[in-house]
Amino acid sequence: MTRAGWIRIAIVLGAIAALEVVTQAGLVSRHTIIPPTAMAAALWGLIGSGEIMPDITKTLSNVAAAFVLSAGGGFVLGLLIHAAPRLRRALDPLLATYYAVPFFVFYPLLIVIFGMSDLPIIVIGFLFGVVAMIIATLNGLDRVPRVALKVARLSRMDPVSIALLIKFPAATPYLFTGVKLAVAYSFIGVIASEFILSGAGLGFAISYAYNNFDTPRMYALMLFILVSVTAVNMVLHTIEQRMLRRRGLAR
Amino acid sequence: MAGPGTRAGAAHAVLRGVTRIFPPADRGQAPVHALGPVDLDLARGEFFGVVGPSGCGKSTLLEILAGLSAPTEGSVTFEDTEVRGSPPDGVGVVFQEDASFPWLSVWDNVAFGLRRAGIDSAETARRVDHALGFMGLTGFARAYPAQLSGGMRQRVCIARTLVLQPRLILLDEPFGALDQQTRLLMGDELLRLWRDTGATVLLITHALDEAAMLSDRIGVMSARPGRFIDMVATGWPRDRDSTIVSDAAFGEITARLWSSLRAESLKALGAVP
Ligand SMILES: Nc1ncnc2c1ncn2[C@@H]1O[C@H](COP(=O)(O)OP(=O)(O)O)[C@@H](O)[C@H]1O
Ligand SMILES: [Mg+2]
Repeated sequence: MTRAGWIRIAIVLGAIAALEVVTQAGLVSRHTIIPPTAMAAALWGLIGSGEIMPDITKTLSNVAAAFVLSAGGGFVLGLLIHAAPRLRRALDPLLATYYAVPFFVFYPLLIVIFGMSDLPIIVIGFLFGVVAMIIATLNGLDRVPRVALKVARLSRMDPVSIALLIKFPAATPYLFTGVKLAVAYSFIGVIASEFILSGAGLGFAISYAYNNFDTPRMYALMLFILVSVTAVNMVLHTIEQRMLRRRGLAR
Repeated sequence: MAGPGTRAGAAHAVLRGVTRIFPPADRGQAPVHALGPVDLDLARGEFFGVVGPSGCGKSTLLEILAGLSAPTEGSVTFEDTEVRGSPPDGVGVVFQEDASFPWLSVWDNVAFGLRRAGIDSAETARRVDHALGFMGLTGFARAYPAQLSGGMRQRVCIARTLVLQPRLILLDEPFGALDQQTRLLMGDELLRLWRDTGATVLLITHALDEAAMLSDRIGVMSARPGRFIDMVATGWPRDRDSTIVSDAAFGEITARLWSSLRAESLKALGAVP
């Protein structure tokens, strides 16, 4: 590992240790925050008992669905918008200001439309992630070398093959930016929706624990989410670095 | 076949009155008259060199001949069929810029066109391995373009074009990224390949000595809009190689190219704003 990597680990471990000391010493109330070791122990207990498994499964599958829809849909929409420059000029300001809209105000509306099910949650996650992916796709397609497209024409490839075999791989370094955002936004969209209006899922479980003053359970669930997000991002980062190294673009 | 007094073979590719005018990029700007009108007959199996000042429309000419862009005026015929802005079968292009695919290994880059053409995998492997050997890339089959020098990447692109066994090979300053010694050797390889395959070759180059050494005939282009202002037949035997650079005629040819080109190159320089 690099020196920077070791320093990073030291900072994270240091912060955890500091929290441990501060909480163990009783400097903050145990009702406000519990020591990290207690969080881990509570999480271990929860997982061991299996009682939060349905919530975990529900949330992670909703996140996965929102991610697949926003990343895949964003790529396809990006391709279509890129192929229509006039449409793109029309949409540009809308895409640029998209994230100024607080989507969650639409959540009640989505529930009216789709009912109290997983669907409105997935839709929120999708709405959150899809535009980041569209923007990343447009960005990547702008940088597909013209000469690569000439090679494709000389090979008499059809538009779908060109999209999959030339444009997609050529744009990959930029698409990764969109994929990482789509993952993050899917998590945020799904868990926040569960917080607001839902009878299941990790977001709901956290808010339920909070309302019942079950502090250890609340922190255990928060820890679980942190660990899963970090794990997903580390996997993505590893894949991205391998791809960048191969192309001589790694930092 | 060709009778006495005619060229070795019928015209393989024919350009008539080919002109390219690029529309203005912005309102208020003038359109760019990049090329022509150009007339050219490439004989089947001929090695034709093109020299001209930079920006005179050489790459534009090549793209029109390849069917990658349509001429504003005039017509292009390849193997008796009109080319209308879509690449005909049997034409291979090596571009001026690096066209290797950074996401594919060297081997997969070279195999790309063969796979698209639906050639079976045994034949693909045979041709790719042969081309890599030919281009001195055998040891780099599993490497990615980013790990290679610019000259080696260009060789990957040359190999990728040649494995398709095109009948008309268009090369746009393919050796620009190579050092002088490698250029001479690559020139020899190109000549050998040209002899072995009987392909027609159009080679654009900014190196007058390269044009003089490789070509049967050299077209000298004017400053933009590019037209042919001189045609120089070299009279080299078909089984020539780079040793002809010591031939007396070589110096004469190079000198003639330069005297035709000198005024045009000055014009091109002066045209720079
Ligand atoms: N797509 C384009 N749009 C506008 N002008 C172009 C375009 N491509 C080339 N040109 C112009 O046409 C002229 C000839 O270009 P090119 O054929 O690339 O020259 P060469 O290959 O001889 O250096 C140049 O002045 C160039 O700026
Ligand atoms: Mg050029």
